Amino acid sequence: MTPFTTLTSRTVVLPQENIDTDQIIPARFLTTTSRDGLGKLAFYDWRYDAEGRAHGDTILNRIAPCAHRILVAGRNFGCGSSREHAPWALTDFGFRAVVSTEIADIFTSNALKNGLLPVVVDQQTWNELAARTGENATIDLESCELRFGNHVAKFAVESFARRCLLDGVDTLGWLITHLPAIEDYEKRVAA
Amino acid sequence: MSSKQPRSLFQKVWDAHVVEPEADDRPAVLYVDLHLVHEVTSPQAFTALAERGVKVRRPDRTFATLDHSTPTLPPNAKGERPYVTPQARDQVATLEKNCREHGIALAGWDSPHRGIVHVIGPELGLTWPGTVVVCGDSHTATHGAFGALAFGIGTSEVGHVLATQCLLQRKPKTIRVTADGSLQPGVSAKDLALTIIAELGIGGGTGCVVEYAGEAIRALDMEGRMTVCNLSIEMGARAGMIAPDETTINWLRGRPRAPQGEAFDSMASQWRALVSDEGAVFDREVRIDASKIQPVATWGTTPDTGIAIGASVPRPGSPSAERARDYMHTQTVLADTPVDVVFIGSCTNGRLPDLRAAAEVMRGRKVKSSVRALVVPGSEAVRQQAEAEGLHDVFLAAGAEWRLPGCSMCIAMNGDLVAPGQLAVSTSNRNFEGRQGPGARTVLASPATAAASAIAGHIADPRPYLGVQ
Repeated sequence: MTPFTTLTSRTVVLPQENIDTDQIIPARFLTTTSRDGLGKLAFYDWRYDAEGRAHGDTILNRIAPCAHRILVAGRNFGCGSSREHAPWALTDFGFRAVVSTEIADIFTSNALKNGLLPVVVDQQTWNELAARTGENATIDLESCELRFGNHVAKFAVESFARRCLLDGVDTLGWLITHLPAIEDYEKRVAA
Repeated sequence: MSSKQPRSLFQKVWDAHVVEPEADDRPAVLYVDLHLVHEVTSPQAFTALAERGVKVRRPDRTFATLDHSTPTLPPNAKGERPYVTPQARDQVATLEKNCREHGIALAGWDSPHRGIVHVIGPELGLTWPGTVVVCGDSHTATHGAFGALAFGIGTSEVGHVLATQCLLQRKPKTIRVTADGSLQPGVSAKDLALTIIAELGIGGGTGCVVEYAGEAIRALDMEGRMTVCNLSIEMGARAGMIAPDETTINWLRGRPRAPQGEAFDSMASQWRALVSDEGAVFDREVRIDASKIQPVATWGTTPDTGIAIGASVPRPGSPSAERARDYMHTQTVLADTPVDVVFIGSCTNGRLPDLRAAAEVMRGRKVKSSVRALVVPGSEAVRQQAEAEGLHDVFLAAGAEWRLPGCSMCIAMNGDLVAPGQLAVSTSNRNFEGRQGPGARTVLASPATAAASAIAGHIADPRPYLGVQ
């Protein structure tokens, strides 16, 4: 996993609440056996009509994704299914961080394993940030600060996941080092 | 830890599975007893194992089935199944291959046990009280109906469990929802669950495990309890749990993968201790009066928008609610809303008592000519039992379709979908925009309500059809 330390980028604001994983990547695209190349399917039904023509009225079709790596979304982002295809699609589209006032559990867990940083802020900070769509913001994972304009907001990230992101370490490797303890547990309890 | 301190059901199951305790700088290593696998969320996990040269550590604790991408129409004369795309067929073949290579039991096409992962786990007796059950599927909470700690995980975590039989987890918070009183006749577990979700809100359970308790929960059969736990994720909760009791134990006895004979009785006495102790502390307590609940349907595009079928749709109080109202454009009184499609099935409501409830409404009646009704059993076993009881004849005589088991129109990735703009009354679990197909409008309801709506041609309270007023 690529380390995540500090990110400075322009924001994209999707103010809707409860953006669920069916919006992020519709279920009919989940027949893939790969995790790659899903960015073109991100928010597909928001971006394209039934004939596959791009809608002009969504901001997602008017930006250069690589220049807008911070998604600012309404409350309870990522609710719904456990599909990891959601962070795969978002990162392949170009996002490296999602800022909301509330982010769903399983989405958070999946995002952290894919170098996509979930940032939960208070409503006032969110309002200030959402009012400045397209402007630059900085997310500093070392200091756990979100900075934009004159604003500095602290945010919390689960400490282990934060360490893994900063170091670019994947958690499976770390878990495998615990195999002796797991074998011991199985001998004691779960034979 | 002192054994004197009162513990919740969740805490007891959690404590028994901690391989390494959590600390400030790292989550707990939590042991997984049962890992359920399906074709959609597993291929990339098997690839990750292959890249690392790691084998599946405990294939004996892993069980796979085919459910999401599978067609519900039978094969043609040449034996070819009508997959929606070659990619869907390849995804199924990939799971078949991965199971062969790693020695994982698979309830495949030729198995009498195949079905939706959360239907077959309990049905086979794989799901035991007090165990930790995971699956790359957010409706894994279903298994909590047995007093298991069961939750959905992402594909990276599927890889973690395949490789180590463990997960890294922070201990969640707890909520206890106590449903007092008795459900009225014609009111089902689905109506209870949708009422609880409406009470707590779509994010009300985020970061939490919910224990369901109280007279109305105790009175539910296991299938009803599964419906309630299944929907826990629809308020953001990772897991829902119900303490095992004699209903649980009687349901499990004799199931093929449950303990047998004396071993069962010995396990059952341990299971009876899996209750929240008197004085156990929860982060939040919620009480619901079950006797006041009416048959419920959702008006919006989130599962927390359930209201009584005869009620008026609330005025939108936010831009998101306004968007939901405009998308769904139901009638002001929910019951006046015309219906195009009715879907009866899914891991929420695809079990035998669900089909019986729907059949009771449909028996001797006809589906309105403008409505397409699809009935999809949750598993091969449900299908066979339903056919043995003649339920399929009731559905077919009414003009509904009777399909092969699978997730089908709930997630609409196998070709079973609702056309753009059409309104479906569905016994499934999600009514998000486009969930049942691009532009589809979904109303969540119980099997009896879905069946009544198919007959009436509009969203309908099932009670008049059941002889209940």
